[in-house]
Amino acid sequence: MSKYYVNKFLFTVDRDPELLRRYKEDPRSLVLTWEQSIGPRLNDAETSTVNFLTDREREVLINHDYVALFEMGAHFFLCLTIFIALYDDEYTKKHGPLSFQREYAAKLKHWWGRDYPTIAL
Amino acid sequence: MAALAAVLATTHHPFYLKATTAPPEQQMPQAMEWKRKVEAYRETLTRAKPDILVMVGADHFHQFFLDNYPTFLIGKAARYDATFYNEEREFGIPKYVLQGHEELSNFMHQGLLDRGFDFAFSHELKLDHSIICPIITTRPQADLPVVPIYTNIFVPPLPSPKRFWDLGRAIREIIDAYPSDQRIAAVGSGHLSLELGGPRQFQEHGPDPEFDRKAIDWLASGNIEAILENVTLESLGSHGNATHGFMDLILMMGIAGPQKASHVDHLDLFHTMEAYITWYPEGAAA
Repeated sequence: MSKYYVNKFLFTVDRDPELLRRYKEDPRSLVLTWEQSIGPRLNDAETSTVNFLTDREREVLINHDYVALFEMGAHFFLCLTIFIALYDDEYTKKHGPLSFQREYAAKLKHWWGRDYPTIAL
Repeated sequence: MAALAAVLATTHHPFYLKATTAPPEQQMPQAMEWKRKVEAYRETLTRAKPDILVMVGADHFHQFFLDNYPTFLIGKAARYDATFYNEEREFGIPKYVLQGHEELSNFMHQGLLDRGFDFAFSHELKLDHSIICPIITTRPQADLPVVPIYTNIFVPPLPSPKRFWDLGRAIREIIDAYPSDQRIAAVGSGHLSLELGGPRQFQEHGPDPEFDRKAIDWLASGNIEAILENVTLESLGSHGNATHGFMDLILMMGIAGPQKASHVDHLDLFHTMEAYITWYPEGAAA
């Protein structure tokens, strides 16, 4: 389990319009590329060798599975922001404003009244 | 010595600008009521005639990430860019450049160290919506130099509510001791009950309006005893997973001190309740 690295994926993709486009259009390709060349990057000269995604984390990211991310304790702000970027426009056109955000909440309703999985690392 | 002219504690709803400038047929029903309340709130700062703003907020993983996330940080730059790409994209907030005030930043930083608050610091800080939203609502001309202070209300482990209060008290002492005849206002933003990326998000009201009403009463009456008796890191999470932003409002009350607020307003919106609180410290001309 590498919650830090899952969060790093969400953080680096959400802040880059080109990575975001690729994550929407071909999530498998983008996640694999990210693991090879983007995730390890510290700066132009330095790379990190110490982090990796588990198979489960990779699949969850490829599947845009925000319920699983919530349950793994990925940071709520990173998750909400990136999935709004991926889905809000098309949901708003089809179903009206905030329809994506409300569906997101509904898919998590089994957590209502329970202690949420911690976002602490 | 400098005069503390006003202390403002506000929620920062990132959709205010979008909601109140959309074409009328696309506006939410409360848009004009929201605008009126914000403009009345803005007047509480204008009336104080500030020369410098000490701004309190929290970086939402815009400049800072989990490789290096500061618990408390002060900006010490001559200028600050503001608004990140993903905030423009999601909230429609424009970019800004704010002037800094290096002299007060330096005095504040040293004063904090002297009082046991070992702050991280940044000489190249890009501000996010926790500071720009209150600029948009309370000083849209963005014409005053700022001293930005960031707190961690966002990623555990968090400092305690008492620590936020104590930090506010320390900031107040430092402002009072600043050798200047300029008028300083402190403007900080946070949240009432709030849920992001969880089952209670984006409802007709905030996740816990009962907490919100209590929280506003505590701020309005300057009742720090009630806050410290009732508010813990655990209890904040029970009102909504992002409710820890309330601690920045406690910090602002710490700057004002345990006194009644002069302006108290709120607006019950979808997803969250807005709160607008202003204190005029004893003796401040207003």
